Amino acid sequence: MSSTDNPPMPEIQLEPGALRHLAEAQVNVELDTGDMILNLGPQHPATHGTLRLVVRLDGERVVSADPVIGYMHRGYEKLAEYRTYPQITTLVNRIDWLSSFANEVPFVDAAERLMCVEAPPRAQYIRTVLTELSRISTFYLFLGEMALQVGALTPAFYGFRDREYVLNLIEGATGGRFHPNFNRIGGLKDDLPWGWISETREVMKKMLDGCDEFEDLVAGNEIFQARTRSIGIVPGELGAAYGMSGSNLRASGVDWDLRRDGRPYLVYPELDFKVWTHPDGDSYARYWVRLQETRESCRMVLQLLDQMPSGPITAKVPRIIKVPAGEVWTEVENPLGQMGYYVVSKGATGPFRVKIRSASFSNVSIMPWLLRGVYVPDVITILASLYFILGDIDR
Amino acid sequence: MTHLLALDVGWGTTLAIKTIIILALVPAGALILGYTFLLKMMSHMQSRLGPMDPGGFHGWFQLIGDGIKFIQKEDVMPDGADKRVFAMAPVVILMSTFLIFVVIPAGPRIVVKNLDVGVFYALAVSSLSVIGVLMAGWASSNKFALLGALRAAAQLIAYELPLLLAVVGVVIQAGTMSLQGIVVAQQNGSIFGWSGIGNPYFFTQIIGFALFMVAAQAELTQTPFDMPVAESELVAGYMVEYTGFRFLFFYIGEVGTAFAFAALAATLFLGGWAIPGVHGAVADLLGPIVLFVKLMFVAFLFFWVRFTYPRLREDQLQALAWKVLIPLGLANILITGIFKVAF
Repeated sequence: MSSTDNPPMPEIQLEPGALRHLAEAQVNVELDTGDMILNLGPQHPATHGTLRLVVRLDGERVVSADPVIGYMHRGYEKLAEYRTYPQITTLVNRIDWLSSFANEVPFVDAAERLMCVEAPPRAQYIRTVLTELSRISTFYLFLGEMALQVGALTPAFYGFRDREYVLNLIEGATGGRFHPNFNRIGGLKDDLPWGWISETREVMKKMLDGCDEFEDLVAGNEIFQARTRSIGIVPGELGAAYGMSGSNLRASGVDWDLRRDGRPYLVYPELDFKVWTHPDGDSYARYWVRLQETRESCRMVLQLLDQMPSGPITAKVPRIIKVPAGEVWTEVENPLGQMGYYVVSKGATGPFRVKIRSASFSNVSIMPWLLRGVYVPDVITILASLYFILGDIDR
Repeated sequence: MTHLLALDVGWGTTLAIKTIIILALVPAGALILGYTFLLKMMSHMQSRLGPMDPGGFHGWFQLIGDGIKFIQKEDVMPDGADKRVFAMAPVVILMSTFLIFVVIPAGPRIVVKNLDVGVFYALAVSSLSVIGVLMAGWASSNKFALLGALRAAAQLIAYELPLLLAVVGVVIQAGTMSLQGIVVAQQNGSIFGWSGIGNPYFFTQIIGFALFMVAAQAELTQTPFDMPVAESELVAGYMVEYTGFRFLFFYIGEVGTAFAFAALAATLFLGGWAIPGVHGAVADLLGPIVLFVKLMFVAFLFFWVRFTYPRLREDQLQALAWKVLIPLGLANILITGIFKVAF
C-alpha cells in the first residue's frame, strides 16, 4: 500500500469557541447518542462485596466492561511474611470467607510437606469431610444467590436457610461458623464431638432433598432457563487460557478436577466420585454443574463418614514449629476453583514468601471478553454465574 | 349511599364524602395488601417469620411503624435533580392509583361515578403512572434511575395492548363499557340456563382473564416483569434516589395499584360485588365485603407469581407480548365476537 492512498489529514487549527458555534448553527443535527458509562459498584447488590465494573453502554447493550478490583486488598501475602505458620491459617481463612476451611487445607498441606510430617488418617478424613462441607455451604449460597440475581427472591432464602444446617455442623466440629481455624500443622485441633457423625448423615440427606428442590424451583424454571441458556458462553479452551478453573471451567466441558487429576491430597484418591461437566459453557451450565457437584459432595461426605477410621488426630510435631528451608507448591480444588500456595521457607518460624493463587481472580479475568455485547440484565446473571468472592479476588 | 342513609345532602357534601373515602381507600388497601401478602405470605413462602412483635398480634403494626419511620426520614434531593419534576413524580403515580377507584363499584349504589366508559377510563388512568415513572427517572439525574424509567416506558406498549385486548372480550360479552353494567350483566347471566351463580366472565373469558393477569403483573412492575425496578440490576430503578415520604408515596402507589387492579379484575371477571339474587340495600351492605374477598383472591394470585418467578429480560417481555399475548388477545376477541353473534 503506497502512501498516496491515504493522504495525511491536513491539520486544522480551530479557535476554542468555533466548534460550539458550528453546532449551534446547525438546526437539524442528529441528537448525540453517545455511549453511557455506568458504574456498577463498588456498592452494588450484584457485585457481592466491592467489585467495581465500569460498563460502557449503548442503550442497554454493553460496549465494553472493565472490572476494577483492589477495593478489598488486605495484603495477605505480605502479612504472611510477618507471621508464624500456625498464625497464617487465621489469615488464609479470610481469603474466600465462604469456604474458609478449604483455604486452610492447602496451606497446612504445604507446611506439612516442607516439614515431612503427615497428618494421621483420621485427621485426613475429618479434613476431607470439612472441606466438602464448606463446599456444600458455599454452593448452597450460590444456588440461592444466582436465582436472586435472575430476579427470584424466594430461592435465596432457601439457600440461606439450608446452608445454616451445614454451618451448624462446621460450628459443632470446629467452634467457628465462618472461620474455623481448625487445622494445626500435623493434624487438627480437636476430634469430632460426640454424635456429630450421625447428625451429619441426617443433614446430608436434607441437603440432597434441598438440591432436588433447587432443581425443580430454579434450574427447571422456564424463565430462569430463558435468562441463562446461551448467555455468557465461555469456550473451554479460552476459559483455560484465561486461567479459569473449577466449576466454571467444567461447565465449559473441560473435564479437569484437581481432586482427581492433581497431585493426590487428603483422601480423595480413595473416594469414589464423579466429576460433572457440561458441554454448553453458558450461565445455565455453570448453575447446573454446581448443583450436581453439591449433590456429589453430599454423597462424598456420606461415603467418608462410612469409612472414617479411628486413631489419633495429630502427628508428633515440635511445640515451636520451624519449617526447614525449601520451596513447595500445593494446589487443591477449592469450591471456587484451583487454589494454590507457593511457600518459600528459609528455616524460620514463619515463611519467607507466600504466593497465593486464588481461583476467583482468574475466573473473573475473562469478564471484559465475556461481557462485550450482552445486555445489562445479563451482565448481572453472568457475574452471578461466575461466582466469585471478593476476598478471593483481592486477597 | 345517600339513599341508603335516607339523608338529603347536597352534592358538595356527597363529593366530600366520596373524596374522603377514596383518599382513605388507597392507603388502607396498600396497608392490607402490604401486611397480608408482602409481609405475611411472602415470609411464609420464604420460610421466614417476618415481623412478629410490633403491635402484639403477628406484627400487624409493622407497616404503620414503617410509615412513621418514612415520615421521619430526611427528604434528600440530588444536587443535579430537576427539583420540580422530582417532587411531582410520586404525586403523579399516586394520582393514577386514586383515579382508578373512581369507577370501581362496590355495590349497586356504592360507586363514586358510574361512567359509561368506565373500563376505558380505568385503563387509561392506570397508564398515567408511567408518566410519573418517567418523570422520576429523568429528574433523579441518576443513570440507574434513567435506565429504569426508560425500561418502564419501553415495556409500556408491551403490556398495555394485551391488557386492553383482554378487556375487550368482556366488553363484547357484556355489551357495555360501564363497570356497573358489566357487574349487573354477570349477575343476571346464566351458565347454560343455570343462573345459580350468575355468569362470572371468568368461565367464558378464561383466556382474557389469564391475559389480564399477565399484563396487570407487568403494569404493576412485579416479578416476572419488574425490569423497571430490578433490585439486583438497577438497585431500585426509577425510585433509587427517593427517600422518606416521597419513597412512601411510591410504595403506596405500587401496592395501592395492585389493590386497584385486583378490584378491577374481580369486577371484570369474577362478578364484582354481585351476589346472585341479592338486590337493593342488602347488596349495598354485602357488596363491599364480597368484592373485598374476590379482590384478595386476585391479589393473592398477583403476589404468588411475584414471589415464585425470576425476572424476564426486556426483549423477552416484548417477544412474549407480541408473539403470544397479543395474538391470543385478538383470537379471544374473534371467538367472543363469533359466540356473541351466534347465540
